[in-house]
Amino acid sequence: MASPSLMDTLFQRGLDDIIKGVRHQQSSTESIFMSRVIEEIRREIKSTDLQTKSTALQKLTYLNSIHFIDMSWASFHAIECISSPAFSHKKIGYLAISQSFSESTPVILLISNQLRKDLKSGNEFEVSLALDCLSRIGTVDLCRDLASEVFILMSSSKVFIRKKAIGVVLRLFEKYPDAVRVCFKKLVESLEGSDSPIVSAVVGVFCELSAKDPRSYLPLAPEFYRILVDSKNNWVLIKVLKIFVKLAPLEPRLAKRLVEPICDHMRKTGAKSLVFECIRTVVTSFTEYESAMKLAAEKIREFLMEDDPNLKYLGLHAISIMAPKHLWAVLENKDVVIQSLSDEDPNIKLESLRLVMAMASESNLMETCRVLVNYALKSDPDFCNEILGSILSTCCQNVYEVIIDFDWYVSLLGEMSRIPNCKKGEEIENQLIDIGMRVKDVRPELVRIARDLLIDPALLGNPFLHRLLSAAAWVCGEYVEFSRNPVELMEALLQPRTSLLPSSIRTVYVQSAFKILIFCIHSYFLQKEDMTSEVSDLASKRECSESSDLATGKALVQSDQDEGFNPRESNQSYEYPSVVDTGDGQSSTPTFMEKKSLMHESIVNLLNLMELVLSPLSSSLDVEIQERACNVLGFIELVQQEFSNPLIRKEANLDREEVIASRVVEWVHDGFSEELGPVSVTAQDRVPIPDELVLKENLTDLEAICGGVELPAPGSFSLTSPYYGESAVFSVSNLQAEEDSEPSTESTSLLTEHRKRHELYYLPSEKNKIPANDYPPANDPSSSINTNDATEDLVKLADQSLVSKRKPNHAKPRPVVVKLEEGEAAPVVSKKPELKDDLLSGAIHDILLGNEAKAASSQSNPSDKSSSKRKGKAKHVDLLDSNLAVGEQPNHENPSSRRSKHRGDGKQKSKKSKGKKNGDGREDDGEKESQKIRDHHGRHKSRQRADAPINVVPQTPDIPDYLL
Amino acid sequence: MIKSVLVINTQGKPRLTKFYDILTVEKQQELLRSVFRRADNVSNFVEAESIFGPDSRLVYKHYATLYFVIVFDSSENELAMLDLIQVFVETLDKCFRNVSELDMVFNYSKLHNILDGIIFGGQVMETSSAEIIRAVEEISKLEAASNSISLVPKTVSGWRSR
Repeated sequence: MASPSLMDTLFQRGLDDIIKGVRHQQSSTESIFMSRVIEEIRREIKSTDLQTKSTALQKLTYLNSIHFIDMSWASFHAIECISSPAFSHKKIGYLAISQSFSESTPVILLISNQLRKDLKSGNEFEVSLALDCLSRIGTVDLCRDLASEVFILMSSSKVFIRKKAIGVVLRLFEKYPDAVRVCFKKLVESLEGSDSPIVSAVVGVFCELSAKDPRSYLPLAPEFYRILVDSKNNWVLIKVLKIFVKLAPLEPRLAKRLVEPICDHMRKTGAKSLVFECIRTVVTSFTEYESAMKLAAEKIREFLMEDDPNLKYLGLHAISIMAPKHLWAVLENKDVVIQSLSDEDPNIKLESLRLVMAMASESNLMETCRVLVNYALKSDPDFCNEILGSILSTCCQNVYEVIIDFDWYVSLLGEMSRIPNCKKGEEIENQLIDIGMRVKDVRPELVRIARDLLIDPALLGNPFLHRLLSAAAWVCGEYVEFSRNPVELMEALLQPRTSLLPSSIRTVYVQSAFKILIFCIHSYFLQKEDMTSEVSDLASKRECSESSDLATGKALVQSDQDEGFNPRESNQSYEYPSVVDTGDGQSSTPTFMEKKSLMHESIVNLLNLMELVLSPLSSSLDVEIQERACNVLGFIELVQQEFSNPLIRKEANLDREEVIASRVVEWVHDGFSEELGPVSVTAQDRVPIPDELVLKENLTDLEAICGGVELPAPGSFSLTSPYYGESAVFSVSNLQAEEDSEPSTESTSLLTEHRKRHELYYLPSEKNKIPANDYPPANDPSSSINTNDATEDLVKLADQSLVSKRKPNHAKPRPVVVKLEEGEAAPVVSKKPELKDDLLSGAIHDILLGNEAKAASSQSNPSDKSSSKRKGKAKHVDLLDSNLAVGEQPNHENPSSRRSKHRGDGKQKSKKSKGKKNGDGREDDGEKESQKIRDHHGRHKSRQRADAPINVVPQTPDIPDYLL
Repeated sequence: MIKSVLVINTQGKPRLTKFYDILTVEKQQELLRSVFRRADNVSNFVEAESIFGPDSRLVYKHYATLYFVIVFDSSENELAMLDLIQVFVETLDKCFRNVSELDMVFNYSKLHNILDGIIFGGQVMETSSAEIIRAVEEISKLEAASNSISLVPKTVSGWRSR
């Protein structure tokens, strides 16, 4: 660029010129204009004339805040501007600093002196600028250096300055906790008076402070109580309520005193914000006070009746806070809640959805879910997924606690996956597998649902459903014995459109296809055995198979199969997917009948089909797919030799090839039929690591070698449900290894042995299966209602849930749901309150034995209540005293350690309060009035004081009421 | 505590941004982009935790061509924040006599004076617009006084306005 022209040096563009300039630019020329302006600024800002400099800085600050231009480079110039005597320059400088400085700004230390100068300035607006700056960017160093100046300003005669000084204290305490010693007394004093802006500022500060560490401010409760009763300022009242919400759990007796005034405010005030704050306070903290809850519910009802969507939303929100403990509040407003489900406001819809799910119980769950799913079909995609998500999470809580009819639920999952906007594939995937493993009785239905999902080519196109499909594929492979037509499943798994799937899921498909193949061939052999069972030669083989089946606990299946075989039809090829109808048409009975259709020809066709589809995959780029395809192809080759030659087959019985093939099939089948159960997440951790095993060393080497290589996603299901913190993890590759590595009898025997050794980690195998034959068909289409009128449905739902308390007669007992031992899947709901109780009792304990004694004693003199000044004086004396005390008894505590202890440190404090248990019982009366303040300043001293028994006054056993 | 105050026009252009938490410029820009989008006559709350981190809420209010947005945490009352926006807008209205978007565009510095009068370091300090205006006017006077020392305005607009 040319050197600055005369025009440029003589004239400078002001902020207004820049604003106009930007407005006149087209979007295409804007960046050019911008870079020119910035270049200008860079030049001007170096000027020695402060006017020019500050104008440049102002322009830059503007561009930074509106156009997000970087201004960190100008930090030194900003400091130059604040040192200008002119107010306007100062102001520009301070704005720039508070906008662009952070702790890491190198020059930030340079402003310390200027800030001090301005804090001492006679001009209140200059002081205000400096205070504002400190409150935004104050670092540890700045806060330490300027704490005393701020302290002086806290007693300024000007309210304008005083309130801002109080505001800065928050930053001071946060960055430099030792400032508490200097400023806290002043802060507490400022609580006096009732409606000045000062009180508003102080209460605001305490609100922030108590949010971080409420316990320390418990002794101030009487002051806050006074404000709560006296103040007329809604802002202050809201803040005080916020403080009490924090304090209430720490001191149970507070609630008794607070309920009345809060209800009073709730009744009298016209300000909705205050009403809402009262409601929120009551529903979060005073849930035991029936009358207050009633009043709150009443007010919530008023909110819900308002037209203002904000109030409606907040009302629903308040109900949802109540819901866990006071379901009646939800039920009372059920009509509104359900109507809100079709509100146009997304916030309201979400809240009401939450509440609808809160109302769901065993009895109305089916109805609720049906209506919601229908509603989801018509909702916008976001809300649709919200609905699905909440159904899924509600249903799987506490290991599917609310679900009685799993057939219904599984078919609901299937239905949900077909909703076009469904993006919950992952959750549904987890639940499908989880249910498959936990609930034996549902498997036939599960396989049916999985089949429906798999054979639908349309689903393959939706990437959100891929995970779900992998679950379906796994289910079909794992529980193929319940399938009515394995051949059809096989075709589904091998359909051409599977090429759309990501490789990790294709591997599951290949593996599942392999499982089905093994199953088919195995059944074929069994069948043939049956027919030729006279042949003594095979009898021995069968014996062998039977015994191995017994070993794997499959005897039942075996006998079923034996009975089921009835060589009736034979020449049915796989082109006929029509399954032999098993009479009632229900899928709940394991249908082995169709196996009679698995004739030689269909097996050959199956093998051919698999070979055809998998051959290209054997050169796939994905190593998992490639490996699996190759394994399966190898197996097919082995088996095919036998099947392809009909001549050999004719005289088959003694053929060696066949014996080998059938034995291989037997082994692999045994491997596959071993039941997989849910495994605890922590199971792995509990396996002790052998001493000689050194894993880490090798792994670090590995990392060095393949640091840059991106590992493909493992082809494993990982079942981690956030709701009950338990998961079952098993990887397909494990299975693979299991059957690949050595197709020998070892596979089963190893498993049994492993089971024997680590019995602890296995689920108890179930002895008695509950036959679940006569479930009504889930989601009976005839009962599905007209989906056109959602609101009508919703209203019906309202009627339904009216009777929600009445349990309907279930024709069927709930099927067994396998849970893990030792309460790992501890119910969520029961867990939470427990935790709370612990906290609460801990707090009560602490208070009664530690702080409470002091807090109470500080209150023992009623006239003492508002005499903070006296307390302040007492505190100074106290400081001296304690120093003396340390001098006298140096062995009690290391004096230097006291310095580092400050109010903000929760841990030390709790230690302290425990330590004080013994000593506090004997408090000197004269010290009591100082205790309150000391509580904040230096708790550490109380121990020394207590340990020096001067005038021992035994503590009264009953602690006086907190707020008397 | 209030985390941020934003004024955005209906095209998504920022007119005023104030962050009481220190944020990088990139982050600020990201926030702004995600805040802007909304239909009318629905409730004024927007889920903000995904953008601003946990424990953050967002209310906004729509006036003519401008959205006024406040981001805050659980120490503030939602409805009170809506009132605060009201206070802010009322004050602007009084300062500029029927405030319009153009006023907001061209009075960048004064805008900050007003906002700083209401919110101090993330805390609500003053809610009476009379008080705020009084302070703002004093500041303007002071600024004018300190500027008049330099008799010859150097800026182009300064020349023009003479």
